Amino acid sequence: MAKKAGASGEAKTTLEVIPKAPTGIKGLDDITGGGLPKGRPTLVCGGTGCGKTLLGMEFLVRGATQFKEPGVFMSFEEKSEELITNFASLGFDLNELVAQKRLALDYVHIEKSEIEETGEYDLEGIFIRLGHAIDVIGAKRVVLDTIEALFSGLSNENILRSELRRLFRYLKDKGVTAIVTGEQGERTLTRYGLEEYVADCVIFLNHSVTAQIATRRMRIIKYRGSSHGTNEYPFIIDEHGFSVMPISSIGLAHPASTERISSGVERLDSMLGGKGYYRGSSILVTGTAGIGKSSLAAHFVNAGCKRGERCLYFAFEESQNQIIRNMRSIGLDLDRWVKKGLLKFHNARPTLYGLEMHLVAMHKAIEEFEPSIVVADPISNLVAAASEADVKSMLSRLIDYLKMKQITALCTDLTTTASSIERTEIGISSLMDTWVLLQVMEGNGERNRGLYILKSRGMAHSNQVREYHLTSQGLQLRDVYIGPGGVLTGSARTAQEAHDRAESLEHQQEIERKRREVARKKAVLEAEVAALTAGYEAEKDALEAAIATERQREQARVEATHTLGKGRQEDVSKKSDANDRGGRK
Amino acid sequence: MTAAKSKSPKAQTEDEKYMLRLYVAGQTPKSMTAFANLKKICEEHMKGRYQIEVVDLLVNPALAKDDQILALPTLVRRLPEPIKKIIGDLSNTERVLVGLDIRPVD
Repeated sequence: MAKKAGASGEAKTTLEVIPKAPTGIKGLDDITGGGLPKGRPTLVCGGTGCGKTLLGMEFLVRGATQFKEPGVFMSFEEKSEELITNFASLGFDLNELVAQKRLALDYVHIEKSEIEETGEYDLEGIFIRLGHAIDVIGAKRVVLDTIEALFSGLSNENILRSELRRLFRYLKDKGVTAIVTGEQGERTLTRYGLEEYVADCVIFLNHSVTAQIATRRMRIIKYRGSSHGTNEYPFIIDEHGFSVMPISSIGLAHPASTERISSGVERLDSMLGGKGYYRGSSILVTGTAGIGKSSLAAHFVNAGCKRGERCLYFAFEESQNQIIRNMRSIGLDLDRWVKKGLLKFHNARPTLYGLEMHLVAMHKAIEEFEPSIVVADPISNLVAAASEADVKSMLSRLIDYLKMKQITALCTDLTTTASSIERTEIGISSLMDTWVLLQVMEGNGERNRGLYILKSRGMAHSNQVREYHLTSQGLQLRDVYIGPGGVLTGSARTAQEAHDRAESLEHQQEIERKRREVARKKAVLEAEVAALTAGYEAEKDALEAAIATERQREQARVEATHTLGKGRQEDVSKKSDANDRGGRK
Repeated sequence: MTAAKSKSPKAQTEDEKYMLRLYVAGQTPKSMTAFANLKKICEEHMKGRYQIEVVDLLVNPALAKDDQILALPTLVRRLPEPIKKIIGDLSNTERVLVGLDIRPVD
């Protein structure tokens, strides 16, 4: 019956007419579309230690504290005192809730050896206890954990089955939202086939161990009259109780920002269309060991913190202190951002727990810190915790989630030199918007670092392979030198640079020389002009002097003639002369 | 239904008092049968040494929790210690006697 449940659940995308009782458990309400069916019993089944009891108790505690719905917890396994102690470690103060009459605990003790069965009986005692507890506190919620214990305590299965059927009908009639837990059977959902009686909603909890790593998962097997998520959802149990991560329910409807943010490396920004990455995009940085992936990530984080944005750094390889120390060597002081509260490290070994747990833990950390930049360094290490396909599915969910939240994600990925560089180990490149490839360029007995933007969706980006250095001032991109054999790097580039410098110097000198020649020519010309002018001046002076002499001579001659004539009493023949003379008189 | 026949209890202390309590929920046929059966067994096997108290849980529902009652009718032997529980309409006399730790009178 479990097999068909998913299909039937999906087919029933009818109107949400079923009233629901919110559980208040993070994520569970999302995948159930609002909670458990109100006023009906829900079966929660799973193996030992999968969290059935906790789910039930949290349902009650949250119901009592968040939704003002008191609840009755009827335990067939753990004594009330044990429950109180156990849940105190999760921060649930059951004693207080009991005192406030918001919660009632009832432990039903069943011990086969203490009970003798003679003839006909029924389970009216349980009905009375339940009914009494419900009436006393006005309960709206009931948990029976786990009622199957009856089967091991009482031998008349026929009576038990008919009484169970009656019990579930009774719960429905009471109008309480109930959780009934059941231990997983060999081939059935529950050992005693409780699913037969509870037909409204069945939730299956799974706690599986693969490669020594435990993962908790939850699946809604059926939910009558309601649509629901049909996948297996990972969940964690931590000091705050249950958290289900409905990450796979996110579709491809995330917004796309046009805002651009700096990569932290100025010249890389210019390679990315001059502005850097898109906000909310996912960036993949791949490269071999020691190439500088983390450094590039640190630059991005540093730039983000400088803008006053919060950054969350998931480190799967190094400790926080180690990263801070190492980044200091390239001139990045990440410590101050940590102190300012802008940067937070989340360090976890990949093998610490399963992949789903990682996802859930990351999800949780993101929810709590609300960063605008997330770095995962490196994602390739997660393969240690699961298979490739799992990692891919996990990352796609993570990236979808981050995109939904408009968080820019930078993931680094370690590639091995042996494999093709354009293939990430996890095969997630298609999920990424921008892919920066850091590669080793070997040649001339050297290994040099090269950076290349393999892709960057939605922006014009450089097609060049750029050499870069990790200096004490950070990661610095060098100029491009392309020789006959490709991009020149390392000493070849230095040689080329020297050569270029020499050539440039030569050009400079040539220009200087020409310039000087022009100046010289000009000087010569000017000298010539000066000489000519001087000659002309000299000649002019001489000529003017001659003119003056001539004039004086002429004057002298005229005067002399006049004096002579006067002396001779000469009749003035020329009118002009007479006039002159007359005028003078 | 005759599984416990071969049981041979040791010498019995004749002066032991039996404090018995029968839990029922109203006057149902089952509870009536149980009470009748109990009365008969007591008269036959421990005449004068028993005391029967009938508790109606419909009247006193809180007692169900306090005395750990789940099935009805339930017969509880409160004394002598230890406490014994027998559920059902007590129609199988032998099992009732085994449950009460009483050697049947031959």
